[in-house]
Parts: sequence; structure tokens; C-alpha cells
Amino acid sequence: MAAARGLFLSRPSFIGKTILGFTRGLSEALVSEKFARRSGFLQSLDPRVRLVGVLALVIAAVACRKLQGVAALFLVASFIALLSSLDLWSLAKRVWIAVLIFTGLIALPAVFITPGAVLWTSPALGISISAPGVYSAAILILRVETAATLTATLVLCTPWIQILKALRSLSLPAEVVTMLTMTHRYLFLLMETAKQMFESRESRAVGVLSGPDRRRMVGQTAGVLFSKSMELSQDVYLSMVSRGFHGDVYLLHECRLASRDYAVLLLFLATGFVAVWMGR
Amino acid sequence: MHIPDGYLSPSTCATLYAFSAAGWYSALRRTKRAFATRTIPLISVFAAFSFVVMMFNIPLPGGTTGHALGVTVAAIVLGPWASALAVSLALAIQALLFGDGGITTLGANCFNMAIVGSFVAYGVYRLIASGAEISSKRRITAAAVAGYVSINVCALLTAIEFGIQPAFFHDASGAPLYAPYPLRVAIPAMMIGHLTFAGLAEAVISAGMVSYLLRSDSRLISVPNHSSPDLAPGTVQTRAGWGRPLWWAVGLLLLCTPLGILAAGTAWGEWSAGDLANGHARAQISVASGNHEPPALIPPGLQKLASLWTAPFPGYAPGFIKSPFLGYLLSGMFAVGLFVMTSLIAMSIGRKWRRREASS
Repeated sequence: MAAARGLFLSRPSFIGKTILGFTRGLSEALVSEKFARRSGFLQSLDPRVRLVGVLALVIAAVACRKLQGVAALFLVASFIALLSSLDLWSLAKRVWIAVLIFTGLIALPAVFITPGAVLWTSPALGISISAPGVYSAAILILRVETAATLTATLVLCTPWIQILKALRSLSLPAEVVTMLTMTHRYLFLLMETAKQMFESRESRAVGVLSGPDRRRMVGQTAGVLFSKSMELSQDVYLSMVSRGFHGDVYLLHECRLASRDYAVLLLFLATGFVAVWMGR
Repeated sequence: MHIPDGYLSPSTCATLYAFSAAGWYSALRRTKRAFATRTIPLISVFAAFSFVVMMFNIPLPGGTTGHALGVTVAAIVLGPWASALAVSLALAIQALLFGDGGITTLGANCFNMAIVGSFVAYGVYRLIASGAEISSKRRITAAAVAGYVSINVCALLTAIEFGIQPAFFHDASGAPLYAPYPLRVAIPAMMIGHLTFAGLAEAVISAGMVSYLLRSDSRLISVPNHSSPDLAPGTVQTRAGWGRPLWWAVGLLLLCTPLGILAAGTAWGEWSAGDLANGHARAQISVASGNHEPPALIPPGLQKLASLWTAPFPGYAPGFIKSPFLGYLLSGMFAVGLFVMTSLIAMSIGRKWRRREASS
């Protein structure tokens, strides 16, 4: 990824930006595998407990109507991340700063335009900051930070295949789970293919392409990828049929809950319930 | 347009999950019926394709770049149901694996982009490309317009979902608890970016892909190819028309017309300047508005614009008929007759257009 970034460091073209995006996507998946292999609190739990527990906390963060309740859940989320061998700096880099910038930008005007008791008025600009506006922006940012921290912790500490197994155990149809598995599998293949197509196009480029030519080139690349996807789906289907596939999907279940899993699940649910009850 | 967790209230999320669940169930059934055992590999690979296309940086006029959804071409080639499934899967992986879009808002994101996006793209494409020759440039235009319209409809839905939050979900002091901007702010804020950049990005990628496919494998987009069980890529199959069910639905609605007569009270927000001056109508407006009195004076803007156009059948009651019941029925029949006549004229023009294109 560093090499890819180096290539386009000066002023990345749209091709460079796309290649960087693919490289970043591919490396993100590897980083997730690295965290998932570490030993930690979430990693030691049954995937179903992780999924249901974290989901319960995310729902609680969304349902909680008081800033104090959301703030308490944010602390719980950060604590879970720390216990799961995630360092706060990587969490800040990955989640907190990005969310703060994105949601902060969205929430900022609310501070000025939400009607209500005025906290401060700028004499020079004549604009006022209202108390409901500040509260609204604060609760939105904190809620999004909490939900994003929880989701990132779950995703980083759980291999994709375990998330899928947990989803299947929670009665998601086998076809959907299989499709998610296969999508994940071919996603990286197509990402790699698209990246190579853009790299080869960039390496052959001499001079500067005009705007219409650039758009035509992206359209053609997407079209070629589309044709490749069509062929790939046909090949995958034929290989499935040749291995005896008749349309029915069977998945293996290996998960078994231990008493510790039950206790932690209860703790997750109780925390979520208390937060919602406090913040009702 | 990927709504993160925390921007929508739990009840909005639950409602949109319910809408999406109904869409997914129906889409899975119809896709399995159409593609049989090919469903799983086909949808999976297309979901992966949609995901990858969303990562493309698309050069736009003015030197900037944007991202597209890729929903239009999926809807054109696979049909709206299969496209809705494929794009939903791509969105689910984005949310679960890459944290792009929330888990609680996944239903909303899938409803806006995968389900509504697919159907709008498919409908607009069919409307414009209907009857076009396989090599016709109209197909490229149709794909571009379909992409542009579908993205903007998705954005509008997202803006509405954001915009209703402060009205319904606020604390005692009036501070919004979720997305903080009302509709009058959320809609323009969302639409400006989509009408200018994001819509263009989808139009560019859709037109580019359709243009490429027309030259390389035009059978893929000649007819929506989502109705045959063991369809090899490119096999052309026609599907049953929707004209007859539509006419049945119109007939059924026509039979239901008298139900309107049973409705009591006033239609909220449809008041005329005359209603605001009439004591009985004012009482009804007050009841319908939760006992809020309407303004004492008729708003000057309303009074000024009210005289711009006088309807031939005001209040569904032509002046020359004494009985309101009969007047209502006649108004309904007249309106349906007008719609039927307009549709027949449009269909006749469309047929002539297709014939002329086929002969040239």
C-alpha cells in the first residue's frame, strides 16, 4: 500500500485514486485478520455472543435519548475495544477521527440554526449558538462514535467466516449466508482484477487524457469487468454443478455456547437495557 | 448516501428494515424462480461487482471525481429484483466488513439504494429504451438518464428520512436527537450534491458500461434477461407484459371510487381560501389540526394564487349536477376516461415510433 501511495503521492489521477482505494480495501481485510488472531475479550467469545451482544449495544446507543447514557455506552465500547487487544490510537485513527470530521461537519450548522435558548452570540457576525443545537450536535456525534466503535471492534476482532456462521445460527436463510460468503470471496478477486486493469492502463498512458476520454475509459473498464463477472458467475455455477450442486445449501454448525458465553451475553444485554432505561 | 448508525431513530430503522425485508423476501423468491440453481453464483458475483464499481473514481466535468452505485446496469441486465438482492448484499458487506453505512441503518440503506434504486433505474430505462433497436444510441441515453434519476430518487428518500427526524424525535427542550435538520434544510443539502456530482457519476458509469456492452455483447442488454431458469449469459427471453395487470388495477380502483363519498371530515392541507373564510370549514380544519385554530385572516399569498386557475369540476362536484353523490361519481369517471384516453394516445404514438424505427 505504501508503494501504491508513493506512486501517486504528487497528485493522484482518478486512476491513481481508484488504485489506492482498491489497495486500501485489500489491506483493510488483512488488518482485520491480524486483529482477529490476537487473544482478547471479544476474540474469546462465541461468534454468536459477539454479534448479538455488540448489536444489542449498538441498538442501545441508537435508542438512548440522553447524552449521559450515550456517553456511558461510549466508555463501555472503548473498554471492550481495549480488552480485545485494540489500542486506542489505531481505533482513533480508524474510527474516531474520521467520524468526528464527517459527522462533526454535518452536525456543526445545527449548533447555529436549531432554535432554542441562546448560549452565546457573536457580536461581530451576529450569529447565535443555541443550547438545543449544542446538545443535538453533541448527542449525534457521540452516538455515531459509539456505534462506529462497537461495529469496528466487532469487525476487527471477528473473521468474516465467523460472522457468517453467527448469522446462520441466528436463522438467516442459508442461501443468503452462502451468497454473502461467495460475494466476499469474489469481491477480492474482482477488486484485484479491477486494480490490475487500472494499473495496466496507467502504465500504458502517455500524456494527459481529455475529460470525455477519461470517462469513456472508466466506462469501458467497468464494462469489461461486468463481462468478466458474467463469465465468472457462469464458471462458478458450472463448477458448483460439477461438484453435485442442485440448488440446496447445507452449512456446517460447529458453534457451541459455554457458560461464560451465556454470562457475557447477559452482561451485554443488561448493559444495553440499563443504558436505554437511563436515557429514556 | 450510506447512512451511518445514529442518524435515524430506532423506529425509522425498524420501519425501513420491515420494508426492505418484504423486498428481500420477494426478490429472493422471484430471483430463484427466474434463475433457479444459478441464483447463488449469479447474485454473489454481481454483488461483488457492484461493490467494486462503487470503489471506482469517476472523472466528472470540472476536474472533480465521484463515486457511483452501479445499480443501473445491474437493474438493466438482471432485472430489478435480482439487482435489488445483489446491491443489498454489496451494502451488507460494506456495512459489516468495512464499516461503510451502519448496521441499524442497513435496512434504510438497502431500501433507498438497492430496492428503490433498482426499480427506478429499471423503470426509467424501460420507459426510454422501450422498442429501441439493439444498436440504438437511445439505449445509452436511457442508461444515463436512468442512472441520474435513480441516484437522485435514492438521495431524495435519504433526505426525507433525515428530514423527518427532528419533527418526530426531539427532547423536551426541542433539541433533535438524531439527524438534526428539518426537511427544508435536509432536502436541498442532500440534493445539491446529487443533482450536480453524484447523479452525473452514475450517469457516466451507466452510459459507459451500456455503450461498451452494446459493442461487445449487446444481447446482455437487448431485453431484460431475468426470466429464464437456465439462462446462459446473453440469452434473450421476453417477459410477460405488465399492461393487463395494470388495466385490471385501474378497473379495480374505478370500482372503489364510491369509497371517497364515505370519507368524513376534511382532507388535511387541501383547504381553499374559501374554506378559511367559512365557519363550518374552519371548525373542521381546527379538529383535523389537533385543535389548532387556522389563521384568522386568509394568507395573502393563498388568496392571490387561488384565483389563478378555476377547475371545471371544483370540489369533485360539477355545478350543473345537483346531487353531490352523482357529481362525485361523474368526476371520477371523467378523470379515469381522461387518463385512459391519454394512455391510449401515448401507446399509439409509441407504436408508430417503434414501427418507424424498425423500418428505417
